[in-house]
Amino acid sequence: MKETKNSIPRTMPIQSATFSNPINAEIRRAAATGIYDIRGGGAKRKVPHFDDLLFLGASVSRYPLEGYRERCDTSVTLGTRFAKNPIQLDIPITIAGMSFGALSGPAKEALGRGASMAGTSTTTGDGGMTPEERGHSSKLVYQYLPSRYGMNPDDLRKADAIEIVVGQGAKPGGGGMLLGQKISDRVAEMRTLPKGIDQRSACRHPDWTGPDDLEIKILELREITGWQVPIYVKVGATRPYYDTALAVKAGADVVVMDGMQGGTAATQDVFIEHVGIPTLACIRPAVQALQDLGVHREVQLVISGGIRTGADVAKAMALGADAVAIGTAALIALGDNDPKWESEYQKLGTTTGAYDDWHEGQDPAGITTQDPELAARLDPVEAGRRLRNYLKVMTLEAQTIARACGHNHLHNLEPEDLCALTMEAAAMAKVPLAGTDWYPGKAVF
Amino acid sequence: MQTYDVAENGLRGLNAALQAQSDETNQTSWEVQNPKGSHAIAVGLDAPIEVTVKGSTGYYCAGMNQQATIRVEGSVGPGVAENMMSGTVVVEGDASQYAGATGHGGLLVIKGNASSRCGISMKGIDIVVHGNIGHMSAFMAQAGNLVVCGDAGDALGDSLYEARLFVRGSVKSLGADCIEKEIRPEHLELLADLLERAGANARPEEFKRYGSARQLYNFDVDNTAAY
Repeated sequence: MKETKNSIPRTMPIQSATFSNPINAEIRRAAATGIYDIRGGGAKRKVPHFDDLLFLGASVSRYPLEGYRERCDTSVTLGTRFAKNPIQLDIPITIAGMSFGALSGPAKEALGRGASMAGTSTTTGDGGMTPEERGHSSKLVYQYLPSRYGMNPDDLRKADAIEIVVGQGAKPGGGGMLLGQKISDRVAEMRTLPKGIDQRSACRHPDWTGPDDLEIKILELREITGWQVPIYVKVGATRPYYDTALAVKAGADVVVMDGMQGGTAATQDVFIEHVGIPTLACIRPAVQALQDLGVHREVQLVISGGIRTGADVAKAMALGADAVAIGTAALIALGDNDPKWESEYQKLGTTTGAYDDWHEGQDPAGITTQDPELAARLDPVEAGRRLRNYLKVMTLEAQTIARACGHNHLHNLEPEDLCALTMEAAAMAKVPLAGTDWYPGKAVF
Repeated sequence: MQTYDVAENGLRGLNAALQAQSDETNQTSWEVQNPKGSHAIAVGLDAPIEVTVKGSTGYYCAGMNQQATIRVEGSVGPGVAENMMSGTVVVEGDASQYAGATGHGGLLVIKGNASSRCGISMKGIDIVVHGNIGHMSAFMAQAGNLVVCGDAGDALGDSLYEARLFVRGSVKSLGADCIEKEIRPEHLELLADLLERAGANARPEEFKRYGSARQLYNFDVDNTAAY
């Protein structure tokens, strides 16, 4: 308490936890503008995450591998179920789909360069396939999206895999949004829409209405591409058990499960923060579905949404994933939100690490923009090298952990290598609370 | 004339054979026998060949067609000519849902009726329906022309962009941001060409034109009732 001049104590001002300053600011912004907040990125709220898990390194009961001498394999093959040409990757970390339009041409080129140098794949997005992206990506996954912007069979046949996007973790059930200010002549042409208008991509595929239709759609894509390449099905995590089971039933070679921390180019903040489930919560149900159907490891599972470190990679794989995909982390590796642009971020009313108005096309780092002057700031060769380094570091980190747990391949990591720091994480990951043999929901009698 | 029996030799062999044709092929005329409602008949073709399907098909017949002329002597299931790029697809019977969805180019002719969502998200394709079309047709249609010689169902052209819609009969209701527009001489000329190419017995002067009011092109809070 503080005292006033006449020494009568007064109640200390207390900020409301419900009506916090950020909430109040948003109310004022909405009242002033009449539009909901649109932004890029994934969920920013704190949810149970991989940080709430710990590895149990080997000691007496288990036997570790020598850190710098014994081999720990990192390779992964995706699409072994039906495709004649599965994708062989050196590392189990792939680049998630991000569109040309949302990203600049140099940024897409840099993603291709970095991924190729690291021996992994990159993925197209809503804008279709660009020549520079195909040219710089040794393995390229072509997204077949509800909007079908830029979709054509020639590009489909140039792809190393096809990813049918049913949803994204940032907005399960929602469509994308590319506001008019980011629509250059090239983007407008690729999307067959007038320049300068808001481009709101569809939330569902226009020519199918459910899992039975999806099965027939997969057949069509396989017939067009001669059954050569894997078919992925990507879903935003909400009902991971049933969505995985139905994707398998429909014939998917690979299921991509994107948690709520997964990014997007632009959508409503309320959607990003309030729809979907955390990445940590979606892995075990998806793996359970694969196991119940007897196809775990035959149908590969790729997990995405907030993967940042080799520890995250190793934890996702220990819980049963075959690989992970990164999006936001890859953009940061390229140079997005770099402190060297701090003064420019401040001019935009934000700061390093918080810049997410990607839809406005003013990205100082030249990554999430179509402004030619800004885009020219990104050197795709140097940015590609940075991404390659980052991917290598993540892989080394994951290997280090796997060896410490006694495994000679990242795929040999298992739930028994993990414990949880919190009840929530224990329940979601179905691993014991640290120091116990119990997790919520586990019967002990 | 090349003949292929789907019942006897399977779907994969059919599509492989048709997809193997090039611009220089001598095998320019194909007859597909016993489709028996199979899905994905004659998909992904990219050569100037003529394919006649003797019977009705399932989903996605002629999907992503380029260059080829595909004629179905029967009716087609959902998604005929899905994402067509060029060429011509003619359906002698009726079409189920989402005929010509997301098509980027070429001509789709349906001599019977088309069900709901005909021309949904069309991106440059021309569609001529001799009969009627169902509800929510041309939803989010971006470019191209949809010509309906009969009637249109509810919510025609909801949230459409720059596609042109021509209807000779009645329209049960227009979707959000879709309005009737003036028919100018260039539209009559365009219609005459499309009707002739589609073999439709109708006069351009009998049609009304519908298009986007362009009120929903950019988000505006005062339009929220329409979103």
